[in-house]
Amino acid sequence: MADMSGASTPAGATDMLDGADGVRRRDWIHIAALSTAGVGGASLLFPLVSQMAPSADVLAQSTSEVDVSAIEPGQAIKTTFRKQPLFVRRLTPKEIEEANAVDVGSLRDPQTLAERTLVGSENLLVTMGVCTHLGCVPLGAAAGEDRGDFGGYFCPCHGSHYDTAGRIRKGPAPKNLSVPEYAFKTDTVIRIG
Amino acid sequence: MSFAWAKQYEPKSAFTKWIDEKLPFPRLVYNAVGAGYPVPRNLNYMWNFGVLAGFCLMIQIITGVVLAMHYAANATVAFGTVEHIMRNVNYGWMLRYAHANGASFFFIVIYLHIFRGFFYSSYKAPREMIWLLGVVIFLLMMATAFMGYVLPWGQMSFWGAQVITGLFGAIPLVGEPLQIWLLGGFAPDNAALNRFFSLHFLLPFVIAGVVILHIWALHIPGSSNPTGVEVKSESDTVPFHPYYTSKDGFGLGVFLILFTAMVFFLPNALGHPDNYIEANPLSTPALIVPEWYFYPFYAILRAFTGDLTIPFTGIVLIPAKLLGVIGMFGSILVWFILPWLDKSPVRSGHYRPLFRKFFWFGLVPTMAALFYLGGTHAEEPYIMLSQFFTAYYFLHFLVILPIISQIEVPKPLPFSITEGVLGKAATTEAPRAGTVDGGDAGTLPDGSLQPAE
Ligand code: HEM
Ligand code: FES
Repeated sequence: MADMSGASTPAGATDMLDGADGVRRRDWIHIAALSTAGVGGASLLFPLVSQMAPSADVLAQSTSEVDVSAIEPGQAIKTTFRKQPLFVRRLTPKEIEEANAVDVGSLRDPQTLAERTLVGSENLLVTMGVCTHLGCVPLGAAAGEDRGDFGGYFCPCHGSHYDTAGRIRKGPAPKNLSVPEYAFKTDTVIRIG
Repeated sequence: MSFAWAKQYEPKSAFTKWIDEKLPFPRLVYNAVGAGYPVPRNLNYMWNFGVLAGFCLMIQIITGVVLAMHYAANATVAFGTVEHIMRNVNYGWMLRYAHANGASFFFIVIYLHIFRGFFYSSYKAPREMIWLLGVVIFLLMMATAFMGYVLPWGQMSFWGAQVITGLFGAIPLVGEPLQIWLLGGFAPDNAALNRFFSLHFLLPFVIAGVVILHIWALHIPGSSNPTGVEVKSESDTVPFHPYYTSKDGFGLGVFLILFTAMVFFLPNALGHPDNYIEANPLSTPALIVPEWYFYPFYAILRAFTGDLTIPFTGIVLIPAKLLGVIGMFGSILVWFILPWLDKSPVRSGHYRPLFRKFFWFGLVPTMAALFYLGGTHAEEPYIMLSQFFTAYYFLHFLVILPIISQIEVPKPLPFSITEGVLGKAATTEAPRAGTVDGGDAGTLPDGSLQPAE
């Protein structure tokens, strides 16, 4: 590049362009032009990457309401929350006992049953029905389905076993079934989200 | 670029002369797949699969572009438009079955092509770049086929999308946001379906571009051959046309018989019936597995069921989920360093007694087992078997191959391809002039092992 600009400059003018330290005035134009193009090009990347993220309508927060009064101990229902499956289970005293008998320190994702339920309703387990491994819907919510080695949920995709508190006990999943934010709206209806 | 004795293109008519001056495309074809491209005389049928893979790409692009004229990538109607293609569009059923089975046959052809590379060590110098570009093509093919399988929006489409994007969720820190970004939502939905269609349309053309680079890189050293000895003189080669155009043509005929037999008589044999049920985000099919061509990698993914911990401390170094993902991607990425893992100067498996044992009794049964295990339920004894064969797979590439290449005593190589084909007597009269790289035998990978004359 130096040759090119030198060649097109009349002899004698090079003194003016070439500083004593070899820095030429035209270098500035090169730097300015390339950085402008570079920054401009790079800033284009931002919208290109960002358009892939969830759009506003997908992000729009939604809530779901579930009437839990009809769920008998030992029974579970499957509904949806933000287009994903949601499990609501009423635990039996035996299931609660089993969940509390576990040494929490030995768990992959240590949590007690009490930490996963609301105060005063420890027998109501509300979790997402999304396996924390790769996102299949675990079995065990409907009657007659395989509930795995620990009596909770079983994900058939790659064999993750969850216990009666929805905690991961065996298989590849890293985390317990996630508990969404929810509260009792009335005595019988919970609102999730 | 080619051997010194390659025939030169000579335009005959005024028109072809005019073209040759303005845009020498006929010359390019002549030198690439015509009489101007000398090829080793001894290639066997394992060398057919490159041309066949190119043909498969053409089938996919032609049937795909036509399917795209009738398909709509919208979660509410996608499943219906595929049924519309099957029932209403003239010959739609044929085009769709050709596209779906075309993907399977593309993978069969590619696996045989890679198998050839493994046995004859085609990845070795001077052909490393061809090999590396091939691995890139394979990865692009996997991405394309995965996204294509999502388009019919059946149960397997949906849950495949969920599970495969879930793989990215295993990456520490950025995993979950990355998965949401890839899907454009919290679960596969319209946004995901639309972008997968856009990319499924685009990627085959990217593949075509990389294929051009792959062939460009191939034409620099030229094809290897079953002896693994480099071309030394004109008697070692024959012109691509008519010799290999006819051999490839015969292979293409056999391929088309098998392909059309599948398309017309067993069109759903390789698919999963669950994909004829429309996607249901609330119910996972009892057995969720990918298409058969992903089975070995899926088996490796599922083989990692325990965390990597520091013994007795319970500190988790790498959780099971991430291990599975690393294992699965690693099983292909290891091919990228294969040319530097197998340092034996001898290429062909025919002259490598120890390598050959581990190839036929180690790698081949392991791949067969992983192919089988990837399609089974995630339960014993399949998990344990997957773990065993996954371990052997990595051991083979990372430990066994490097050791073999150090300790093996190869069998004596023929002096030249011609000698390998016709026996010693014939070569003494063979012309020795005009060699391109036969002269400096000492620097050739196989040169050090040439019997002294
Ligand atoms: C590398 C080449 C390609 C591969 C491996 C491939 C693979 C696939 C697969 C596995 C499916 C699902 C088939 C099914 O179960 O029904 C599919 C569907 C589809 N592909 Fe491709 N494809 C390729 C190239 C293309 C191209 C170039 C286009 C268009 C430009 C295209 C358009 C479509 C469309 C519209 C569908 C949905 C219709 C259907 O499901 O049959 N594909 N592709
Ligand atoms: S998705 Fe549940 S075990 Fe893999």
